[in-house]
Amino acid sequence: MNLHILAQQAVNGLVLGSVYGLIAVGYTMVYGILGMINFAHGDIYMISAYLTAIFLALLTFFGLKSIPLILLLVLLLTMVFTALYGWAVERIAYRPLRNSSRMAPLISAIGVSLILQNYVRMAQGARNQGMPPLLEGNIRLLTSGAEQFVQITHTQVLIILTAFVSMGLLQFLIHHTALGRACRAVQQDRVMAALLGVDTNRIISIVFTLGAGMAAVAGTLVTFNYGSFDFFIGFVIGIKAFTAAVLGGIGSLPGAMLGGVVLGVAEAVFSGYVNTDYKDVFAFSLLVLVLIVRPSGLLGRPEVEKV
Amino acid sequence: MMVPSEEIRSRGVVWTPLLRDALIAGLIGWLLFAPLTGVALAGYDWVMHWERPLWLAGIVAAGRLLMGWVMARRRLSGIHEGRGAWSGLGREPSFIFTMISGWRALAKSGAWREKYSKLIYIIVTITALLPPLFLGKYWLNVAILALIYVLLSLGLNIVVGLAGLLDLGFVAFYAVGAYGYGLGSHYLGLSFWSALPFAAVLAAGCGVVLGFPVLRMHGDYLAIVTLGFGEIVRLLLNNWVSLTGGPNGIRVPFPSVLGVEFSRRASPGYVTFHEYFSIPYDSVYRDKFMYLLLLIVVCGMVFFVRRLRRMPLGRAWEALREDEIACRALGINPVTVKLSAFGLGAMTGGVGGVFFAASQGFVNPTSFTFMESAHILAIVVLGGMGSTSGVIVAAVILTVLPETLRDFAEYRGLLIGLAMVLMMIWRPGGLLRARRAVFQKPG
Repeated sequence: MNLHILAQQAVNGLVLGSVYGLIAVGYTMVYGILGMINFAHGDIYMISAYLTAIFLALLTFFGLKSIPLILLLVLLLTMVFTALYGWAVERIAYRPLRNSSRMAPLISAIGVSLILQNYVRMAQGARNQGMPPLLEGNIRLLTSGAEQFVQITHTQVLIILTAFVSMGLLQFLIHHTALGRACRAVQQDRVMAALLGVDTNRIISIVFTLGAGMAAVAGTLVTFNYGSFDFFIGFVIGIKAFTAAVLGGIGSLPGAMLGGVVLGVAEAVFSGYVNTDYKDVFAFSLLVLVLIVRPSGLLGRPEVEKV
Repeated sequence: MMVPSEEIRSRGVVWTPLLRDALIAGLIGWLLFAPLTGVALAGYDWVMHWERPLWLAGIVAAGRLLMGWVMARRRLSGIHEGRGAWSGLGREPSFIFTMISGWRALAKSGAWREKYSKLIYIIVTITALLPPLFLGKYWLNVAILALIYVLLSLGLNIVVGLAGLLDLGFVAFYAVGAYGYGLGSHYLGLSFWSALPFAAVLAAGCGVVLGFPVLRMHGDYLAIVTLGFGEIVRLLLNNWVSLTGGPNGIRVPFPSVLGVEFSRRASPGYVTFHEYFSIPYDSVYRDKFMYLLLLIVVCGMVFFVRRLRRMPLGRAWEALREDEIACRALGINPVTVKLSAFGLGAMTGGVGGVFFAASQGFVNPTSFTFMESAHILAIVVLGGMGSTSGVIVAAVILTVLPETLRDFAEYRGLLIGLAMVLMMIWRPGGLLRARRAVFQKPG
């Protein structure tokens, strides 16, 4: 076994995994607070990929030259507008169903997912879109000989750093601020939190915007890295990010990131050593397997049914 | 929000807050639509469409205004019948609204169904027998597709409507059925009639193997696992080229009946249909036969579901859907009961797949995307979860409509999505509400 290939796949997996982790946060927070799977979350990610390309096009059109400034502005604008989408989806499609049957929000979420996909397809066309690469260059580690090295591009470094920084900020927000305390209270007991004066509707809206904002970070970074996207990319990555959330223990923020990294590395190693065609099959099978063997995930607590 | 007391004092709709809300909604709408519809990406370049977000924002504002007005009228007239946001409209002195409210009252009472149920059955059966007599080849194929969708939706209706389990990968069982026949005839030499039970058992087996571990857990996981399973099956069919032919698909033979074939020339040991009856060859006979065969299967399925709903098993499905904990307390094993519904649904999907493969003469993985699952789910949701007649009507409409209106086909995904969201908000029971199986005293 070639150690360099393994290390290379581990690096690729880490990059992929931090992206999964960022998206998984949205699933895990919404599941923690509402107990529903937000199927439209993958499509929120897809929207953020389009927004990234659009804002990049607009900013360069208005004559911005400095690449770090462009990166930062595109990231912030995409986050804000994607968060707006997350907020609107919750407000329109989920809030009216707060007290209806358990299946109604799930079906509504599938509906939202179809709406977003077709809306983008009609507005932007069905074909694959592209974006020019912004950051060139790479770093080579562990070099031994001309063919033996582990390569990591600058964009990949940026992805890992941004992912971990934004995860850290979110963790801080949830655990050390008044807003985060309200979020945790609503997660533990929505009725009790409301009785104690927490505006639960506002908190739920904020959770959706935060989740969408994190998905936007992932969307922006991935678009900077690969530069290619279409209106259907949210579907597969959505299921995988959900797998990551389940793997890490649904409802747990560090779990989402851990699950993302574990899934990303496992997938990269699988596609490096076994078969690239079946890497999606591998990830989905992992989801089924985790649900059978350890449904509470790596860091989660077992779900207790309340009567 | 608004100020109801002011409304009561002035005995009329107060417009200022309505207009303010509409303006805010329009502004938010513009912000949402501006980047994605205002700038259309084209390669590394882009095109500006500044008018598109304005139109969309205008529509959002107008919609918000209309909604606010309807709700204000409803508050003023002081009626709160049901949860329907449109119920206030019944009080408007307008012909259409009066008709709607009259129809709703009739539908709600359910008396007409009891009274005319036999007549309705006879009319529907006769109408269902008409297509092979009057339709040409193209429309007959549409009718066959509609019947396949009726069959599939009835199967999914057992899972989603009766047992309350959200299955988002129904298309996987459909694919198992279609490929079960395709591969079975290719490798094992199975005929249509032997493939039918084979594929049904195979699909049901897949359903049970997948359902057993997942159904033990909290409900929503089933949705995402079935979604993943649907994708796994499609990817396997697409990538396992040596077995399935990959994206190129696989040819499927047409069924023969009692040694009679529908092809132009008979294979050795067989007779063709047109030779047997000494009439000129026409490929449409084949479709007519297919249609009638499917009609028999669908009728059998309708009867089967009707009986099931009155049986202890069917009642257990609906009881579990309503309250799982109470059912467990009464000694119902939720896993086996749910598994039976899931397996039966999967089996129906498999049978539908065999018919689909046989009528197309060819299968490939593009027929089994997530969009197909969403389409079948939309039929069940629009028809009313648990309602057999509603699901049949929705299946026929949603299959025939894209064929008649080409524009509809373009907007199909968007409209299906919108319909799903709106139905959940306004009419979660579906357009034709499901009738509860009620115990009736004999006589």
